[in-house]
Amino acid sequence: MRRLLRAKDRMDAASHEAWPVPRLAKVSGVSEAHFARSFKDAFGVPPHRYLLTRRIERATALLRDTDLPIINIAFQTGWTSLGTFGRIFRDITGESPSELRSREQAAGHALEQVPHCFVSAAHRPDLTIAVSEKRRRDSTGNASGETEEVP
Amino acid sequence: MSQGVGVSGIYVHDQDEALVFYVDKLGFSVHTDARNGDYRWLTVQHPDQPTFQLGLFKPQQPTVDEATAATLNEVVAKGAMPPLVLVVDDCRASYDRFSKAGVEFTQEPIERYGSVDASFRDPSGNGWKLIQGR
Repeated sequence: MRRLLRAKDRMDAASHEAWPVPRLAKVSGVSEAHFARSFKDAFGVPPHRYLLTRRIERATALLRDTDLPIINIAFQTGWTSLGTFGRIFRDITGESPSELRSREQAAGHALEQVPHCFVSAAHRPDLTIAVSEKRRRDSTGNASGETEEVP
Repeated sequence: MSQGVGVSGIYVHDQDEALVFYVDKLGFSVHTDARNGDYRWLTVQHPDQPTFQLGLFKPQQPTVDEATAATLNEVVAKGAMPPLVLVVDDCRASYDRFSKAGVEFTQEPIERYGSVDASFRDPSGNGWKLIQGR
């Protein structure tokens, strides 16, 4: 369990990097099959989906706290295509990156007193279902093309 | 005497290991180490905080049953326990010192929000934020 946490910590520290299961299993010092299964058992979500929540959380923070162009945010948080980023971002948060930015920046916050990691954890999307499943449920019957969830 | 919180504890899966970590690596000192049979009341103290003790408690009988103890150890190992914050004068200097001592950092020092912060875990999985005082 402590070894699995090590893999999770590494994703937390560098969510913009690619974290395929073999790499994570190596960090944990366990077999790939064992890793994928036990990570989900321990943390409730498969590793790739956990990574996705960290990336969206990071992107949300950058949208809120900086004026960086959205394309830069997409690349900084680990996506290789602006289109994929925008689509998955909307699938998860229900808003486009620019919509979220204008709403958040209009709101104003008093989070300076809270240590950073707890603020970010509080803003992490709660991805209890796969993004493709969420997309299916949200879509009103229009057959949008299947997109791989793996970022 | 001063009033206020005197002891607050965290769960550790091995008290000997925790003692080495908090005393030898982080620079705390032992305040109380008292045993009664298998039970061990172990608290440590930060050198600058003589009125506060951090308890290093093992989930065990008789305070909890065996199954609960196993669950608690697992929860700690998952990193699911509440946040802990260690305030220091110089985050980067502490990071260097603690790293050399073998502390497992999960985030290197980052300057933001007018301060510098880093993250580390104790051997059981308790997560600490290392924050430079403002």
